[in-house]
Amino acid sequence: MTLFIDRDYAAATYDFTIPARKPWSGQLRKGQVLRIVDLEGQQAVDTLLYNLSNTTERYSAQDTLTAQGAAYIEAGTALMSNEGNVMATVIADTCGRHDTSAGACSCESNTVRFGHHTRYMHACRENFLLEVSKYGMTKRDIVGNINFFMNVPIMPDGEVTIDDGISAPLGYVDLRADMDLLVVISNCPQVNNPCNGFNPTPVRVLVWDSAV
Amino acid sequence: MTALDQATPEENRARYEALKAGAHEKSPRLAQAAQEPSNPARIKPKKVLHRELIPGGWYWSTIVPRGETLRIVNGGTGSVSALFWNADDTSERYNAGDTVKIQWHAHLSKGRVLFSDMGRVLMSITDDTCGRHDFIAGGSTPFSNRRRYGDDSLRNSRDNFRLAAGKYGMGVKDVAPCMTFFAGVTTGANGHFQWTGGHDRAGDYVDLRAEMNVLAVLSNCPHPLDPAPQYAPKSVEAILWRSPEPDEDDLCRTATEEAVRGFENTDPLFGGRA
Ligand SMILES: [Zn+2]
Repeated sequence: MTLFIDRDYAAATYDFTIPARKPWSGQLRKGQVLRIVDLEGQQAVDTLLYNLSNTTERYSAQDTLTAQGAAYIEAGTALMSNEGNVMATVIADTCGRHDTSAGACSCESNTVRFGHHTRYMHACRENFLLEVSKYGMTKRDIVGNINFFMNVPIMPDGEVTIDDGISAPLGYVDLRADMDLLVVISNCPQVNNPCNGFNPTPVRVLVWDSAV
Repeated sequence: MTALDQATPEENRARYEALKAGAHEKSPRLAQAAQEPSNPARIKPKKVLHRELIPGGWYWSTIVPRGETLRIVNGGTGSVSALFWNADDTSERYNAGDTVKIQWHAHLSKGRVLFSDMGRVLMSITDDTCGRHDFIAGGSTPFSNRRRYGDDSLRNSRDNFRLAAGKYGMGVKDVAPCMTFFAGVTTGANGHFQWTGGHDRAGDYVDLRAEMNVLAVLSNCPHPLDPAPQYAPKSVEAILWRSPEPDEDDLCRTATEEAVRGFENTDPLFGGRA
């Protein structure tokens, strides 16, 4: 399901463009809205959420999936924590399908997926590790993430493919924070699979103080 | 920047398509192997190292040294959620996303392997008489029990994992997404999960051969999508046994290029191929 909402970009209280391949993190207060804009289309945006005041409470892909009984994230999905609380809600979405099962790319998994010659390349878990380390966290804190705009169909026979992205240039997803959040993003640098059209591009993040 | 970072999108796409085609070419061997049991249904008593009957709702943990096999035997109403860590460094652990993405498959059975977050193989599925297991949706939690049974005081896998992890000096952050055996879950074309059973055949078993020294935690709780109206898990049995050494053409080690590379990352921890 897609859901469009017009917002005045000039009225945003925060506006930043995350360069291709780079990490980002920021705080989001309860009630604020974070928009992630896929500026050029087909860019996977790997995202982790933590409760700002207690980061042992964090986004849980499996809690989110079992709560809604379905395998993808779309408009209306409540993003659940490992404590069973709603962390954020997807209140607008021009894409209609986001993955939360395939996790983030890493140097180590790349060697297995694509060959040992791909070890020394940028990867999302390198981005995540650098970013969460600023908050005193380590690899143990990097759990299953959301891949916004990433198209990973899971077929009825179980086949899993990272497929060509279906998000158009300037497409967006809006998250309304339902608790105070630390948001960590890796703007995926992967060029070995089609999660971003083999061509990492920048994304823009904006924050508004209210959802309407 | 490596040379690969400078390849054109077309060059990268060609590499990806070749890998995908290669992965699909391997599936007939896996499908055929699934028809034939590899390990004895009854394990000779002298090969059994430990037997444990895990009551419904409870958990059990063990170290499975490299080369030994953990058999999980279905009790007839149960499903068994599981998490695995590298026992020598528990910061390395089962990675659900990598496991399905690397093997291009969410319905993993005999011949497949379980990957850690470090590109290494924790365990191989050397036998599987059930074939219906969940590697996507996860195990039960207090919240899923409240949704399903209106009672969040029933024992659940999330808390079981936290209890087991805590006893090894780990904590909440070490409890990552899990897998659940004997819990068939498929994803329909619209994305909705469908329960396909697998939990109701007493005697079905899965053999997991440790490919590093593994800390294993099993939780015997109903899967959150199990439609049975009652919360009534029966006991399941876990058997630790001395299994055969892998041959040169061992299915799990050779069935896919991805597994071969996973073992190339794993075996050096133990001085190369055993
Ligand atoms: Zn990535």
